[in-house]
Amino acid sequence: MSFEDYSGVWVFIEENEGKIAPVSLELLGAGRTLADKRGVELAGIMIGENVTGLADTIFEYGADTVYVYDQPIFKLYRTESFMKALLHCSEKYKPEIILYGATSTGKDLASAVATDLPTGLTADTTELDVEEDTGLLLASRPAFGGNIMATILCKKYRPQMATVRPKVMKALQPEKGRNGKLVPEQIDIKEEDMRTKVLKIVRETTKKIRIDEADIVVAGGKGLGSEQGFELVHQLARTLGGVVGASRDVVEAGWIGHHHQVGQTGVTVTPKIYFAIGISGAIQHIVGMKNSGIIIAINKDPDAAIFNSCHYGIVGDAFEIVPLLVKEFHKALHGEEVEV
Amino acid sequence: MLHIVACIKQVPDTKVIKMNPKTNTMDRASAPAILNPYDAHAVEEAVRLKNKHGGCVSVVTMGPPPAVKAIRKCIEIGADEGYMISDRAFAGADTLATSYALTKAINKISEIKPIDLIICGKMTIDGDTGQVGPGIARRLDIPPLTSVNKVVEIQKEDGYMVVHRKLEDGHEVVKTTLPCLLSVEKEINEVPYSTFPNMLKAARYQPVIWSVNDLEDIDRKQLGLKGSPTIVAKVWAPPKPEGGKLFEGNSDEQVQQLLSVVLEKKELFTEMRGSK
Ligand SMILES: Cc1cc2nc3c(=O)[nH]c(=O)nc-3n(C[C@H](O)[C@H](O)[C@H](O)COP(=O)(O)OP(=O)(O)OC[C@H]3O[C@@H](n4cnc5c(N)ncnc54)[C@H](O)[C@@H]3O)c2cc1C
Ligand SMILES: Cc1cc2nc3c(=O)[nH]c(=O)nc-3n(C[C@H](O)[C@H](O)[C@H](O)COP(=O)(O)OP(=O)(O)OC[C@H]3O[C@@H](n4cnc5c(N)ncnc54)[C@H](O)[C@@H]3O)c2cc1C
Repeated sequence: MSFEDYSGVWVFIEENEGKIAPVSLELLGAGRTLADKRGVELAGIMIGENVTGLADTIFEYGADTVYVYDQPIFKLYRTESFMKALLHCSEKYKPEIILYGATSTGKDLASAVATDLPTGLTADTTELDVEEDTGLLLASRPAFGGNIMATILCKKYRPQMATVRPKVMKALQPEKGRNGKLVPEQIDIKEEDMRTKVLKIVRETTKKIRIDEADIVVAGGKGLGSEQGFELVHQLARTLGGVVGASRDVVEAGWIGHHHQVGQTGVTVTPKIYFAIGISGAIQHIVGMKNSGIIIAINKDPDAAIFNSCHYGIVGDAFEIVPLLVKEFHKALHGEEVEV
Repeated sequence: MLHIVACIKQVPDTKVIKMNPKTNTMDRASAPAILNPYDAHAVEEAVRLKNKHGGCVSVVTMGPPPAVKAIRKCIEIGADEGYMISDRAFAGADTLATSYALTKAINKISEIKPIDLIICGKMTIDGDTGQVGPGIARRLDIPPLTSVNKVVEIQKEDGYMVVHRKLEDGHEVVKTTLPCLLSVEKEINEVPYSTFPNMLKAARYQPVIWSVNDLEDIDRKQLGLKGSPTIVAKVWAPPKPEGGKLFEGNSDEQVQQLLSVVLEKKELFTEMRGSK
């Protein structure tokens, strides 16, 4: 394998129902930095049906080139078809780095592609850098349930690949009218040869609340005592225009549904403000929220671990503090200062 | 009759793991080794399908000798047979090398009895990459279906099954040919307490153990550290979040201090209003 043949940084652009996944735009931002450091091109690769029109957005967010596979067979994501397109493109143009969002689609696709290429794949990266001269990608990630960080290298294979956690990289400010090179591609895949078929997609409207996309998350833990006590968390969230998060113990107690769970086995959130109310601060919870902008903890135990992981803490009884917060925020936000 | 193979791994319990603050390494001895919690769901799902359709459940693991314990745990859940590949040659494998070695083991199991379905956990709690399942599927050239949270039906005679795959905002119903490989979410089932007969059986159970020499057509260059494109170059403890500023005074005073801090960041609220 001659590394000189490989050049450029690619981002797999994930698209759902005509919309680009936010993580793909974040990766274009991160990819731009890597590409500039290496003095190479940044490209987006997009696979779908009726998606060519999205190329403009990809240019505005920093790509120099966009490769597009726009064919009916790609209407819905399937590992088999998407993998073939990606392999086709990567074998043709030989990028040195490919980044994917660590979403269910991104992880599924990247794992399959890595096996076929074959190459190394670093999972769930949270930090990216590149060695200017060698082009070696330095991808760092949490492992062992967030207990350690590891920097993973792929020295002997190209392309180097990584899936990257949503919300940890920053998208560039889009530059209106910024343009680039659009490269339409095609691949011959027949529906009859496909072994998997998507029969139906069921959107669950009750899951509309996406805690991973919220700017304010008010999360409550077992310290709220009961489902009734947990109502306080809902109240504060409503006052602030935020969404409700929960520890796993709360979810297991049945006070709220699983998709509100923050943490290692729940959702990773990165809101601008995170409230942890009556949450002890177990490592599995912390890994899911530690990248939040401002972390505010309320716990009656001054030695609770959560106080080691927050920016501001109030030692006190949630049943006394939270109603005060609701009242005061209500006054401040809905009164004269700001209307939310 | 179905033959289902569940892939399982023994892992350190990351909840109780301790870090050595001087060397920044994990004190593995501090953590008990357990069956990867997600894999318990994989085995349970295999057992449920067996109970419904008849057949047998095998589990397979790659790991050091003590991993026999994780296989016994699977027998408790209701698996029938356990296979383990264990050899120094496998040490240091990343997901590419792991899926290679496991595929060789699975091929050998399928010679004993053809396999209809392979089930993996969503991920492990130590490496937590979720990459091994899809890797095995690609090597066997069977469809990989990740994020599966429900098995709707399985028709061995007609050679297909239907599952639900979890999406960010719902699920999709997917039909696939058999054999295939599923990576399952933990919502797919609840793992019940072990029954007494299964516990007895598990206590005495001895899995089949293969070394690298027992696996046919194996390319040693693709195994272990040598066969792994990724290298862990550096390991460090995640930066300790700075201890929080604890407000002082009575509840009212603390709330006022918090309010002034938060409201000072007015942009947070105006931005939110703008995006509404
Ligand atoms: C493999 C694995 C994965 C896991 N994944 C997750 C995960 O994704 N997310 C997660 O959250 N957990 C996860 N856990 C569980 C985690 O280890 C903890 O058990 C859990 O986070 C504890 O929840 P809690 O803080 O709500 O409850 P507790 O630990 O019971 O803490 C309650 C806290 O409330 C405080 N309190 C009590 N009364 C009051 C009051 N009146 N006012 C104020 N404070 C009060 C107490 O001082 C205490 O600190 C996982 C565990 C394992 C083993
Ligand atoms: C700190 C650290 C970071 C790492 N980062 C990476 C990385 O980014 N990329 C990479 O390629 N490798 C990485 N590795 C190596 C990786 O952990 C190992 O390859 C591991 O053997 C398999 O990956 P996993 O534990 O992530 O399994 P996952 O892919 O998360 O496991 C998914 C499922 O596959 C099955 N399975 C996994 N392992 C086995 C097994 N040994 N036997 C039977 N079934 C199994 C189980 O059903 C499991 O639920 C890392 C290792 C360390 C120590």
